[in-house]
Amino acid sequence: MTAELALLLAQDGVANGAIYVLAALGIVLVFLVTRVVFVPFGDLIAYASLTLAALQEGRRPGIVWLVLLLAGLALLFELAGRQRKWGRALLAYGVLPCLPVAAAFLLAGRALPPLVEMALTIGLILPIAPLLYRIAFRPIADASVLVLLIVAVVLHFAISGIALMVFGPEGARPRLLTTASFEIGGLFFPGQMLLMLAASALATLLLALFFGFTLSGKALRATAVNRVGARLVGIRPGAAGATAFLLASALAAASGILIGPVTTLFYDSGFVIGLKAFVGAIIGGLVSYPGAVLGALFVGLLESFTAFWNSALKEVVVFAVLVPVLILRSALQRHGAEEEPEEDGL
Amino acid sequence: MTALLQADDVHVAYGRIEAVRGVSLSLQAGQIVTVIGPNGAGKTTLLAALMGLLPARGRIAYDGADLAGLDVEARVERGLCLVPERRELFTEMSVADNLVLGAYAHRRDRAGLRARLDEVYGLFPRLAERRGQSAGTLSGGERQMLALGRALMGRPRLLLLDEPSLGLAPLIVREIFRIITGLRATGVSILLVEQNARAALESADYGYVLETGQIGLHGPAGALLGDPRLSALYLGGETG
Amino acid sequence: MSRMQERALLLLAVAALAGLPLAASNYFVTLMNYIGIGALAALGLVLLTGVGGLTSFGQAAFVGIGAYATAWWTTVQGGSPWVGLVLAVAFTFAVAIVLGAATLRLGGHLLPLSTIAWGLAIFFLFGNIEGLGRHNGISAIPPVTLGGLSFQSGTAGYYLVWATLGAVMWLCANLLGSRQGRAIRSLRGGTAMAESLGIDTFRIRLAVFVLAGVLAGLSGWLFAHVQRFISPTAFDVGPGMEYLFMAMLGGAGHIGGAVLGSALVTLAKDALQDLLPALIKESGQLEVVVFGALFILVLQHARGGLIPSLQRLLPRATPPVPPDAPPLPRRAPPAAGGEVLVVDGVVKRFGGLVAVNQVGFELRAGEILGLIGPNGAGKSTLFNLVCGTATADAGRIRFLGQDIAGLPARRIAARGIARTFQHVRLRPTMTLLENVMLGAHLRARAGLLRGALRLDRAEERAIRAEAMRQLRRVGLDPNPHELAGNLPLGQQRILEVARALAADPLLIILDEPAAGLRRLEKQKLAELLRALRAEGMTILLVEHDMEFVMGLVDRIVVMEFGTRIAEGPPASIRADARVQEAYLGGVA
Repeated sequence: MTAELALLLAQDGVANGAIYVLAALGIVLVFLVTRVVFVPFGDLIAYASLTLAALQEGRRPGIVWLVLLLAGLALLFELAGRQRKWGRALLAYGVLPCLPVAAAFLLAGRALPPLVEMALTIGLILPIAPLLYRIAFRPIADASVLVLLIVAVVLHFAISGIALMVFGPEGARPRLLTTASFEIGGLFFPGQMLLMLAASALATLLLALFFGFTLSGKALRATAVNRVGARLVGIRPGAAGATAFLLASALAAASGILIGPVTTLFYDSGFVIGLKAFVGAIIGGLVSYPGAVLGALFVGLLESFTAFWNSALKEVVVFAVLVPVLILRSALQRHGAEEEPEEDGL
Repeated sequence: MTALLQADDVHVAYGRIEAVRGVSLSLQAGQIVTVIGPNGAGKTTLLAALMGLLPARGRIAYDGADLAGLDVEARVERGLCLVPERRELFTEMSVADNLVLGAYAHRRDRAGLRARLDEVYGLFPRLAERRGQSAGTLSGGERQMLALGRALMGRPRLLLLDEPSLGLAPLIVREIFRIITGLRATGVSILLVEQNARAALESADYGYVLETGQIGLHGPAGALLGDPRLSALYLGGETG
Repeated sequence: MSRMQERALLLLAVAALAGLPLAASNYFVTLMNYIGIGALAALGLVLLTGVGGLTSFGQAAFVGIGAYATAWWTTVQGGSPWVGLVLAVAFTFAVAIVLGAATLRLGGHLLPLSTIAWGLAIFFLFGNIEGLGRHNGISAIPPVTLGGLSFQSGTAGYYLVWATLGAVMWLCANLLGSRQGRAIRSLRGGTAMAESLGIDTFRIRLAVFVLAGVLAGLSGWLFAHVQRFISPTAFDVGPGMEYLFMAMLGGAGHIGGAVLGSALVTLAKDALQDLLPALIKESGQLEVVVFGALFILVLQHARGGLIPSLQRLLPRATPPVPPDAPPLPRRAPPAAGGEVLVVDGVVKRFGGLVAVNQVGFELRAGEILGLIGPNGAGKSTLFNLVCGTATADAGRIRFLGQDIAGLPARRIAARGIARTFQHVRLRPTMTLLENVMLGAHLRARAGLLRGALRLDRAEERAIRAEAMRQLRRVGLDPNPHELAGNLPLGQQRILEVARALAADPLLIILDEPAAGLRRLEKQKLAELLRALRAEGMTILLVEHDMEFVMGLVDRIVVMEFGTRIAEGPPASIRADARVQEAYLGGVA
């Protein structure tokens, strides 16, 4: 392999990796605060891209039905619970999610400025993760990581069934945000890719600032570090979880808008994107944002180098590499605390 | 005068095992009341139930109002703060962050936060020295101070302390108890759960002895201290 | 319900299943075939996840390995399906050994995550290998033949599938009731408990992981030859999820749960496929949605599955009290007064904290030594050092003249040290008798195969009789078949003592046995310990309750802040000013 080829593959790899970076950040964020391995994160990315494409084509995006369905279910859960704050529940689960839906009904079909299209896309994706949290995870917030993980995997399959109905089987590819491109040192960089990298860097920075310097961010971290301790100072883990999922939704929406124009996404493409991002997040330790970024880039590089060697086996290698990574991690943290018996397990 | 805390016939069960069986106790505003008893007597369980961490049967009234239906966070907002036996600190965060988060229930009052922080640093100069250090690197005594300081940041009216002397060297135990008695002077009432019976009774106004989930002896702290049944319970004796 | 009635019910079920193809439509027989095939794979997960507590999302990948092994052999190579069966089992066995050896040491949620990873990797592998037909899979797989008999028709396939399933269920039920089965069932109690009983948890985990894989491989073999066409989609993580759902819906800890779960899932899927298109035009994958929603509801509200709820409706069979049997061999006790345990200059640090600092003491045969001190004094840490749950940073620990410092807990158990736990560690879903039988794990030999084939009966009778003797000794014999979880906390502690005694130990170490006991219970426990001492047993007691200790022990070692502050007979300890201060507090 020549140095030139390696450089090309590396560039391709970074471009691949940029697809996973935001997702890896979102997965780490959700895991840290709620201990949920949010497998459906990738699905949200695909939905964002499909939504943006539909708006650009002047169609009403199918996502509105998903939002309405989830909001209805969440409201039902809220009413069935012993929660006494009806007004707040109605506002959070009944009214707020419906605002972007109403906007979509009003605006879809008209020619919209790109920024409005993007804003509307973000608005429609935003409620999804918090609603999924309310429906699937909050009722069992104290369950083991394992149970939460199984719920997350099942949830992916359930919502992708709905996604097929509302989005249809066709793929979509929204327009590029920028067609500019740059040449640096003989290598050709498309503007969209630079945008993705810049967004990833910005998101990493913002997350670091949020968690490092704001009280809300610290409260979220505190929930992750010690749930009981957090409750004892008055932090509601439920609200913290909802916030984390809201941030995850925002990251997924941004990611979908950015990567959609680069790769055609179908209603079910998100799963593998999410899982690869997840592999990256685990490589980075599942607890660190910069680690997640590096892990995601590593996955991208791995993919592009394996694809060169044998394109059919690139998925096999990406997933198989997780096994040695996990073993290595586990060996490094051998000296952990004594385990407790897991009655709850499964 | 109505009691600040009044518990009547409280039962707490883990599954089929009832760890607290019909406990009643009361605490007047401005008092230090202690619950002493051997390991496994149900002391921690009782505190968890008062705090809302565990579901309980029976009536728990705080400041004249029934606490049933209020979750932990709502109790915190009403000035009920627990310093748990396991401390439950945010170990990966700095001492300062731990304290600031202690005031989370009053987060809108930024100015008050600063003043309160200075007060706590004044009370525990050691914490001020270590404000940038992560809580996980503190020694046992410093952790207990941080746990206490974090609870004080929440402006408690009633402080629930679970074994504050646990595993601490005598010098630090003395220091902690000095601070606890000092708090009463500032208007904070305290429910103190301890197995260090003498230290607890010497600081308290009233004492209850919890044994296998039930209150046995109780009475004014001074009277309990002199009660031969108490030392029999602790050191074993002819009455046993 | 008596044993007789239970047998009759079982016979009736078998007869009904055998006669079913005579009455049912071909379509239903085909459905039954898929139920049986699914149940076989789900049964693997019942053992692995439900009983052993190890969750796998990759079961479908193992089904795929079995299916592809035989499909490749019988089509590409034109070989016999019976050789295909050997290949299917051998391949899944080999892959499971390798994957298990690599991943089973992973803790917590990392293990299930790794199953997603290798599950996907294997799935993508199927779709990318030329010789396996890539994404199109392999078709025209021949049916299984035996002599001149072909299992081509649905009905013939039915008998093949259900006979296999029946045989496997019988073997698994035997296994779970045997010595190794109890070890598998103990895994969920945490490694510390199992290792303290001498169980090599890694080997047992590997065994159950491989067993689950082989069952999946068997299921794949049947799948390939009954459906006679395979493609990668059946072996994705999605179907892997479905097997997990079957196992959990039925009741993940019960063998019958696999069949019930598979039947419900398969029938519901079939019904939904008919029903949904009639209701909604573009139903697409709506059945997945319905399943997902149901699964999540099960996880939220009924993690135990259906079988436990059904069992509650039926009267529970009460097995007879086990009869007496020839006793198990016993260890030779050390001479009375001889040195049993010597702890010398032991140090244990946690980060900057010195939990145990240069502590030493001796214990002689037939003596009860009390180790006391206030909370946080380092008693439990010292205890863990002796039992091998933790490793000392410095110092020596000798048991019967041999150095045991640094040995793993199960090797220390094998030398004749039995222990109880401060936070009771029993298997609440096993009976009192079974919990005590776990204690005798090291006194028997039977392996997985002997257990599955019921060749271990004599040994089992002896273990059961021994367990019953120990239950009688501690006074828990009236209801030996009660579930341990139904006992009050105090009696659970006593049950741990019985379990420790079943190991025939020379030294028994009790961690706060009197905590949570009522006064009367404490007196009975003290009597028991005195009786044991009279028989020559050596006892180390870590206790908080001074009253309990004072009247019982021969000598006391007092610890505070990780160091030994006093040692001597109870009377002198009671008079010791430092001890008084440590206990009643010295603030004044």
